[in-house]
Formats: sequence, structure tokens, C-alpha cells
Amino acid sequence: MPDKPKVAFYWCASCGGCEEAVVDLAEAILDVAAAVDIVFWPVATDFKRKDVEAMADRSIAATFLNGAIRTSEQEEMARLLRCKSQVLVATGSCSHLGGIPGLANLCTSEAILREVYFESPSTTNPERTLPEREHTHNDHAVELPAFCETVRSLDQVVDVDFYIPGCPPTPRTFRNALQTLLGGQLPPRGSVLAPDRALCDECPRKSSKPEKLTFAQFKRPTNTLIDEQQCLLAQGLVCMGPATRAGCEALCVQGNMPCTGCYGPTSRVRDQGAKILSCIASSIESKEATEIDQVLATIPDPVGTFYRYGLPKSLLRKRRIQEVPHSSLAGR
Amino acid sequence: MLSHPPASAATPHSTFEPRIVAFFCNWCTYLAADLAGTSRMKYAPNIRVVRLMCSGRVDPQFVLNAFAHGADGVFIGGCHPGDCHYQEGNYKALRRYQLLRRVLKEMGIEEERFRLEWISAAEADRVRAAVNDMVEKVRLLGPLNFAVSDQQTELLGAEVVV
Repeated sequence: MPDKPKVAFYWCASCGGCEEAVVDLAEAILDVAAAVDIVFWPVATDFKRKDVEAMADRSIAATFLNGAIRTSEQEEMARLLRCKSQVLVATGSCSHLGGIPGLANLCTSEAILREVYFESPSTTNPERTLPEREHTHNDHAVELPAFCETVRSLDQVVDVDFYIPGCPPTPRTFRNALQTLLGGQLPPRGSVLAPDRALCDECPRKSSKPEKLTFAQFKRPTNTLIDEQQCLLAQGLVCMGPATRAGCEALCVQGNMPCTGCYGPTSRVRDQGAKILSCIASSIESKEATEIDQVLATIPDPVGTFYRYGLPKSLLRKRRIQEVPHSSLAGR
Repeated sequence: MLSHPPASAATPHSTFEPRIVAFFCNWCTYLAADLAGTSRMKYAPNIRVVRLMCSGRVDPQFVLNAFAHGADGVFIGGCHPGDCHYQEGNYKALRRYQLLRRVLKEMGIEEERFRLEWISAAEADRVRAAVNDMVEKVRLLGPLNFAVSDQQTELLGAEVVV
């Protein structure tokens, strides 16, 4: 039997949705399994880290890594798989841009641990136990990975060859990307394997987008009856379509929900949040500062809205923490 | 406890000279700055002026990029309301400024570091006053250190001990 290309899948700080995206290939996964040899996929197969370590460098044709980098273990695995792979593909929003876990860059790691282990309403921790890096139990030393100060996208840790966008990538995006990679005609290194145009271009409601958008207030899907035909921006909803890469076939819009931007920016935009901010704000009707502020107040969480999937890859990457933190773990 | 290297310890404010990136509209504030120069007015030399055709040309990415690459403040100068050479550009600048200001605040950048002023071509004195005022306010705040703290984050990555 001729050697089939070896392929690996791995996950870091992610929800598992990207693994689902692979399974969602449905029957097509059989073609994938026939075309490649899956040598590492912790979700589905029983291979260990030592098996990867034993492989020759660059012996894996392609590794699809989803999830952002939050812990020292994830960073080690990213470096290991980079070393063993000819092509490393950042798969899904977290790996591509930082993703939803990337919003943790608005907090210090200390604040996160405090919230999770001490302060959240569902936490009962009278002994104020926190995870330890190292522990000895019955003469066995065990250790936990370090919890890094920030969330990083994969390419902020190792070199990445290609990106598959989406939260999660749609089966079609994933299938097309696989075909591109297995087809041998590789696109330029650093390419995002999805169309390089804005989502509005493939939106079924494109024809109802008015020539000139104006906002007198912003509405939210939770308190608005959304028309199923009209452009969502024209209805006053914050839809990320104009600043987001196409390729998902506007699935959210088809489900009558505004785009939240998971496919990231097109190649001509560096900072997706800044671009949608620019688009949304400049279309406000008023010319009076106080009125403009009133309209803007109807967007309760601008950073969480505009940078929902891309804070670590944005220009600022994380909130600046002043020298004196608001509070600390002291007194535990 | 987490250790945060004190950013200000290495850079005492007394010797700190703010670096402010200024985006000036070609038709008004840039001419006012030019007039200030030809009139031999003195003002703080801390601004680096970028001439644009309109304050409406200021992409929020320019502002974020300036902060991300070491600017301590960003100043936008445009035409008075109603005076825009392109009818509406300054209103667009105003709206973007007001939303971007909120985003910057949430990202930990103080409000005094980001400023929008309407300054006509005749108002050289307003350039002087506004720049001097902003430089003083930013000087009091100290360095922003966005670029530096970024590197520290990478290096300190795994050093968190609880």
C-alpha cells in the first residue's frame, strides 16, 4: 500500500466545536479517512504525546490545530506539532484569531482564578484551594501546566502555514480547505482558506441593504422582532457582515441572527473590530455629540461585540493593566 | 501573587517626554499648525503630525496602531462642524471618535490620551493651546507602554504562580 499523507488533529483552548466540524463532514469523512492516515487525534484516537515525540521531524504532512494558546502545555504541544509537521493549519476562530477564550485578555489571569475559585456564585471553596503547579502524592510528583497571563492565537506562538476560519468552520469550508491542501496546488503561505471578500457579498439579504445606512438607535436580537427578509443593519442590528470574511454562506443571517464576525477580517483589514466600529459609528444619523453618545449607549459592550472572536489578534491584543491592580489574591 | 513589573519605576515621569501622534486635516488644522509655525509661535514639540485630506480619513485602525506601537497619545484635528471641505467628513470623525473613545477606555487607555479638536486654518493659537494642554495631561499620566507591556506578556507567559 502506498504511503498516504499523515495528518494530525489537536486541540488547545477551545470548546470542542471544531472537532465537531470534522465529524460534521458526514460521509465525506470517509473520503478523508481513505485519502490520509490519521496519526494523532486525541478526541477520537488513542495516541499519546510520546507517540508524537517519537515521530521524525516533518513526518506529518499536515496538522490541524484548533484552540487558542492559554497554558504552557498548549504552547509545548503547538511547538512539538510544528516541529513534526510540514504544514500547520490554524483551524477555527480560536486558533486563527484567539476566539471567544481570547476575551479573557480583558482580565488578568489572577482575576480569572479569583473569580473561578473564590467568587463565582456557584463556587463553594471554604479552604480557598487553588490549583498548584506541583504536588506530591504517595511519593509521586504530579504537575499541572502553567496558566499564562494572556490568551494567544496560534501564530503568536509558532509559525502557521494556513488558516481555516470560523466558529466552528462550516463543513463546506473545512471540506474545501482539505481539498485545497490535498490537491497539491498550495495557496501562498499565510492564506486564510476562505473567500477573500466581505460576508455581505454572499448574504441572501444583500439586495435589501440600503444605499445609505443610518442608525437612530441600535437594537439587540433579544428585544427585537427581526424581519426575516430585510438587511439586519437596515433594521438597526449590529451585524458584523461588512467587516467579516465570507465563506460561511451567511448561516447566522439565514437563521435570522446578525453575523458576529467569526470568520475574521479579509486580507485587506488588520483590525476587524476597528473596521466595524468605523462602519457602524459613521452611519449614525445625528451630528450632535450628546445625541451620538445616546445612540452609542445602545451598544452595551463594544469590545465584546466588535472583538468577539479576535481580541488577541487585534492591534491592542489585551486590556492594559495599570501597575496597581484593582484587587489581588492577597488575603486568601 | 502575580508579579507585574512596575512600568513606571524605570521611567520616572520627570524625564518623560510624551510621544503624540497627530492626524491633521489638510484644510484646517494642518494649515493652523503651519500658521503657528510661520507666526513663530512656540508649543510643545511632542507631536508628530500626519497630514490627511480630512479628519474623516482617520481610520480607527490608525489610532489603535499608533497606541500599539508606542504612542502615548493620539490627537485628531478637523474642521469646525459645518465647515468640512467634503461636507460630512468631520461628522464621521466625531462619531467614530466617540465610539472609539469608549473602546479605548475599556482597553485601559485613559481618556486624556485621545483627543479630537475642531481647529480652523486661522486658529493657530488653538493649535498651540490644545497641543500644550494635551502634552501636559499625558505627561502627568506617564508613558502608555502598550508596546513594552506586550513584550512582557510574551516573556512572562508561563510565570504565573498562585
